[in-house]
Amino acid sequence: MDQAQSHHQTVEVGHAPSTTTGIDHRKMLIWAFLASECMFFGSFIATYLVYEGQSLVGPYPAEVFSIPVTSVSTFVLLMSSFMMVLAYSAVSKGDIQGFRAWILCTALLGATFLGFQVYEFTEFSQQGLTPRTNLFGSSFFTLTGFHGAHVTVGVIWLLSLFGYSYINPSALSRDEGLNVDLVALYWHFVDVVWIVIFTVVYLIGVVEN
Amino acid sequence: MATLQISMARPTSYTGWWGWVTTVDHKRIGVLYGLTAFAFFLLGGVEALVMRLQLAQPNSSVVGPETFNQLFTMHALTMIFLGVMPLGAAFFNFLIPLMIGARDVAFPRLNAFSYWVFLFGGLILNWGWLTGESPAAGWFAYANLTSGIFSPSRGMDFYVIGLLVLGVSSVAAALNFLVTIINMRTPGMSLMKMPVFVWMAMLTMILLITAFPVITVGLIELGFDRFYGTNFFNTFAGADPRLWQHLFWIFGHPEVYILILPAMGIVSEVLPTFARKPLFGYSVIVFSGIVIAFMGWMVWSHHMFTVGLGPIANSIFTITTMAIAIPTGVKIFNWIATLWGGSISLKTPLLFSVGFISMFILGGISGIMHSISPSDAQQQDTYFVVAHIHYVLFGGSIFAIFSGIYYWFPKMTGRLLHEGLGKLHFWGTMIGFNVTFFPMHFVGLDGMPRRIYTYQSGMGWDFWNLISTLGAFLIAASTLIFLHNFFRSRKKGEIAGNDPWDARTLEWSIPSPPPIYNFVEIPVVESRDPYWEEKYSHGLPVPSGGSADSGESHSLAESDRLGPDRDVFSMEEAHHLGIHMPSLSHWPIMTGLGLAIAGLGIVYHPIIAAAGLMITIVGIYSWALEPATEPSESSGE
Repeated sequence: MDQAQSHHQTVEVGHAPSTTTGIDHRKMLIWAFLASECMFFGSFIATYLVYEGQSLVGPYPAEVFSIPVTSVSTFVLLMSSFMMVLAYSAVSKGDIQGFRAWILCTALLGATFLGFQVYEFTEFSQQGLTPRTNLFGSSFFTLTGFHGAHVTVGVIWLLSLFGYSYINPSALSRDEGLNVDLVALYWHFVDVVWIVIFTVVYLIGVVEN
Repeated sequence: MATLQISMARPTSYTGWWGWVTTVDHKRIGVLYGLTAFAFFLLGGVEALVMRLQLAQPNSSVVGPETFNQLFTMHALTMIFLGVMPLGAAFFNFLIPLMIGARDVAFPRLNAFSYWVFLFGGLILNWGWLTGESPAAGWFAYANLTSGIFSPSRGMDFYVIGLLVLGVSSVAAALNFLVTIINMRTPGMSLMKMPVFVWMAMLTMILLITAFPVITVGLIELGFDRFYGTNFFNTFAGADPRLWQHLFWIFGHPEVYILILPAMGIVSEVLPTFARKPLFGYSVIVFSGIVIAFMGWMVWSHHMFTVGLGPIANSIFTITTMAIAIPTGVKIFNWIATLWGGSISLKTPLLFSVGFISMFILGGISGIMHSISPSDAQQQDTYFVVAHIHYVLFGGSIFAIFSGIYYWFPKMTGRLLHEGLGKLHFWGTMIGFNVTFFPMHFVGLDGMPRRIYTYQSGMGWDFWNLISTLGAFLIAASTLIFLHNFFRSRKKGEIAGNDPWDARTLEWSIPSPPPIYNFVEIPVVESRDPYWEEKYSHGLPVPSGGSADSGESHSLAESDRLGPDRDVFSMEEAHHLGIHMPSLSHWPIMTGLGLAIAGLGIVYHPIIAAAGLMITIVGIYSWALEPATEPSESSGE
């Protein structure tokens, strides 16, 4: 065993070195996952754009969209991202009470956004627009529906962390609140996707038609 | 809490079949991937043999048109998604942690999950053989042949669900290995000191992560059309069937590089070892790989030259397709230059690697012919295309995979494959392969369409089709020789020792098969061929023809930093040394099973889907809350 005399940077027996880049594995995973998600939503948005104006029968986008209503729901989702930042800030300082309050607000605003989406979908179907009606219906409901599904998963994830803060609060503040950081990255990403959808689908959709 | 802890306790037994079901060890998962994928590979081979029997003579009736359609669809799906891709995954799993000096992957349980989801996805894709409703619309499943009107059976449902489930497996595995490669390299292993295999693996992961979501969206749209009556590919509602073609090939062309980049990596490891020279032009090979992966995104419409995208689109994709031949050619010259002047030992792994280079060149040349869009218009949907794809995927990927099997089998099992049988296997495969597929160039240029279940005599196709069929059975016979060699050598093969080939990379510095913790001491590397450096920079003479890496450091002599003590410890002893390995878990298989049941439920009944979803959710929460039986488990979510 000549390792003791070695003056090189020999790694201790048994102890795995910390990560090569210094970034936690899980944080790198979520970033790579979000890259994958970009392609996922990109493809749905591309489908929507390819079929924009191609529907043979109505209702068409300008007939069903209500920009004021969707603006409110967009604002709600944006505010939820703000709450998310506050929740992460609280947990990384070890303030578990503050974390609980802010993460509950985030989840509630996310749920409110989903409520708006349910209202909107119901409203559209009453005006005769379903996924089966025309190309607009198929591509619109699938794109926004999968976005809504992502928000739903996010709300469940947020509420799970809220519940977990009562089981094992110290685990949440560990590694500068990494567990909260992960959901925050996901949440902000889903929020950004909505900004793109709101602009490309709703705003431009109303202007062009 | 206490009862929760007990019911959640993690399995601890490494032995028996339960030890395999709950394993999170990358080497065992690699073995599982390899065996499963090879079984699927044999199934795909049998499908091919039935087709060749049917086509051996004109007006034959071995199988009817319905079955034939299912056979060519399933043959392609099986070989691509269940054969070549997971065989690559087997090498990734077994080798990447060993090559980068890690004890496991970044997320061991996610790794197990990827394997089980792959297995279940493969079974769903093949489910149709049990019900008599296999997919029959070709592996690229052009809309609107896949609509409920033209494909009324459940075959395309299994296609949609099977590929969606397989996509989950691929993306999960790719995320895992990307993080592993970037984040778990041993001290000193900078990116430009990684083995080329690891480099090519990393590029493959990036392609998987970015390409699979695109086909996922296409499959969701197709599935929604079939299950819920949406209009994505419904031409009566104004839909454009080219949407599917674009989504499919934007995924499909990167997929081609997902299949070939690992093969290029394997060859880049085998050649230097048996030429006893460092790889010629390491950095150029790496950068060529990066360029290939990047340009793989810019050529997809060359699959659509006859669709009518117009002269500008066709010209652009002609040019990009021709351009991608440049980095590929650069690699081929580098491999040849690696062999040039080496002291070559012509063992079976090298034979298969040289076979790869020569056959891949032929496939590349017919690829260049396709890239010229007017010429492609003549070859579209003929057997010429079938010849091309088999020269790159069989002559390319499969040859390289066999090369890798002969090369790393000793590391995986501790025993060498029999050399004589190996050479017989190689020559049988090489001759059989060319006898089968070379004539397809002739019948293709003669106008024989692909995907026809029979043909009339007098078209000039009879003779070459018979020859192709004879060749196919020669390939099958050679594969039987390989299987015999495999099972024989598993029990009676020559003991390999740590380093039977006098090789260069870290995996050869540890026992064969490697202990569960891989490295007692995490190695520190200072060059591209660290184990070669370790062996030959102590002043030992380098065997004839070879030279130590041209690289920077020859100063390793004073200490043996790759682990002075190569004895294998038991898990308990390893634990006392402070080596902590991730605990076993049964939640990866549970979560994967729930996902598969949910998928089948979409085809059969919503209640089954709901049950599957429940299992998945329980699996995910149990997984996240599972206690680590050992204190320092690195994987979290």
